Amino acid sequence: MARRSSRSLISRYGADTAFMTFVALLMAFLYVPIWVLITFSFSSSRSLTWPIPGFTLDWYRKLFANADLQTAVWNSFYVATFATLLALMVGVAAAMALHRYDFPGKTLFRRLILLPITLPGIVTGISMLNMFSLFGFPLSLETVIFGHATALLGVVVTQVYARLQRLPRSLAEASGDLGATPLRTFLYVTLPNLRSAIIGAGLLSFVLSFDEIPVTFFLTGRDNTLPMYIYSTMRRGVTPEINAVGTLIVLASLVLIVISVVVTRDKRS
Amino acid sequence: MAAIIELRGLSKHYSKTIIGVDDVSLSVEDGEFVTLLGPSGCGKSTLLRMIGGFEEPTQGTIHLAGRDVTWEPPYRREVNMVFQDYALFPHMTVGQNIAYGLKMAGADRKSARAKALEALELVGLPDKVDQRPDQLSGGQRQRIALARAIVRRPKVLLLDEPLSALDARMRDQMRIELKHLHEKVGITFIMVTHDQEEALTMSDRIVVMENGRVAQDGQPQDIYDRPISPYVANFIGTTNFLPATVTDVQADRATFNCAGARLEVLTDTPPQSGARVTLGFRPEKTRLLAEGETAPNMLEGKISEVIYYGLGLRTAITLPDGGSLFIDTLLTDTLRRSAIPKTGAPARAAVEPCNIFVFAGEVQA
Repeated sequence: MARRSSRSLISRYGADTAFMTFVALLMAFLYVPIWVLITFSFSSSRSLTWPIPGFTLDWYRKLFANADLQTAVWNSFYVATFATLLALMVGVAAAMALHRYDFPGKTLFRRLILLPITLPGIVTGISMLNMFSLFGFPLSLETVIFGHATALLGVVVTQVYARLQRLPRSLAEASGDLGATPLRTFLYVTLPNLRSAIIGAGLLSFVLSFDEIPVTFFLTGRDNTLPMYIYSTMRRGVTPEINAVGTLIVLASLVLIVISVVVTRDKRS
Repeated sequence: MAAIIELRGLSKHYSKTIIGVDDVSLSVEDGEFVTLLGPSGCGKSTLLRMIGGFEEPTQGTIHLAGRDVTWEPPYRREVNMVFQDYALFPHMTVGQNIAYGLKMAGADRKSARAKALEALELVGLPDKVDQRPDQLSGGQRQRIALARAIVRRPKVLLLDEPLSALDARMRDQMRIELKHLHEKVGITFIMVTHDQEEALTMSDRIVVMENGRVAQDGQPQDIYDRPISPYVANFIGTTNFLPATVTDVQADRATFNCAGARLEVLTDTPPQSGARVTLGFRPEKTRLLAEGETAPNMLEGKISEVIYYGLGLRTAITLPDGGSLFIDTLLTDTLRRSAIPKTGAPARAAVEPCNIFVFAGEVQA
């Protein structure tokens, strides 16, 4: 009895060890680059050498003195925020319509909405550039917002539509049965049950918009977003200053992830 | 007693060939417990959903307490529904679920909560008010759904297969509870089910549906004892069907030749002499005769199978002409074990003249 259990213990530990090693390698593959980035952002040397010769906060100080960079960060936030809001407003409405109504060409409509996420950004960028110049729109951060929102619409519609399909139709019916008008049903029953899907889609859209380059490249005027700014400074090679920006973005992402986990955690499901 | 629900020529045709409900006229009295019974696809759910306002009829009208509500949306009808999947709002507590309908009607938070608690009391779950639906068992959720539907005191409560998601034991218990609840609140109940036993035990009246139409409408006992068609006889309970020919007709009875035997049947509407008909009778109203015993209205054959099910026996008998019939015998006494018939033995069965139904024409049972 004891013998058998000790043997199975050994084989179990063997399997566990193999599995843990695999997980560790996977984690290393995913996260070592980020640790390298963070470490070099504190390096006192301008060249990327290992081990770092000394610790410094100089790059962060420079960063906070760099007006161009700060403008770029601010622009990125501005674009990502409004592109996300726009995509959410249009996307939730479109998903509701897709779910609720049967109309001729419904499948086509769904495909057309989803198309922009499958299209390479460069195509969206060029075509929207053509459109804006055709209508005489000056390029600006606002045109970037429209460009991003178009591409992000697919993300929002897919997520919200998938959630709607999992939502039993009887919930909305029960709400109507209990005296709620369609508007109240939407506000009190449908929307709360879409909450986590909407927040999830919103966060994903925000991140996608924040680091988007191709569409931004074509649609922005004089203004730079953060990824564009980083790209333009890269011609002089990776500077520790860029590493410092990267580190701050990682930090901000962490905060966002924690927020999203806390907020979208469906109660007891 | 006034009609609380009045359906006139109600139809729902999805297309020329796909027919959900076909020309149903039905009047339900205030306080009645009516069951719409039928197999899946017979239109019973569609009919219920039209009364609730979730489907629009293609023809006919629905009157609720004298008011035409045919084209009113669900939120303007004083009916409430218990959904098959209960449809409890997952993001609300039990108390909020029940109070939802009251809030929509403009009740303030305090009185809504008080009434919700009252309704919870009625279904026996007052301690669950602050829990969430997914923390409850199936039977408890069912009761919450009931409480939520009756808290607004609707004129009619609609129940769409309310017990189908429960396990057998729970279902038996909820059957009785639902019936008691109906007596307590005095609201009209209209229930949809495909379970004949449910229909028989709970309702004041059963409406049997077939292909979108009403096949028979009556009290449970009437329907069971006097089914008007083989369809009804077959759907509610088990029925032996045997082909027969009319040999003699008198005022209140007729005589038939059936599988070589002479059967007498009491009937108010005797058929024409010489007509081919189908006789139907219930297995439990058929008597297996002891060896050597004879009786009027007797069929002779051979025992082909004996099934023991605790409460009693079901004996299958093959007749000389190849037809077969079932006999149910209650084993009320342990001594009767010695009387359990043997497969292969000859057997005689007798049916009282008042227990046989006559259906025109031939029936494929």
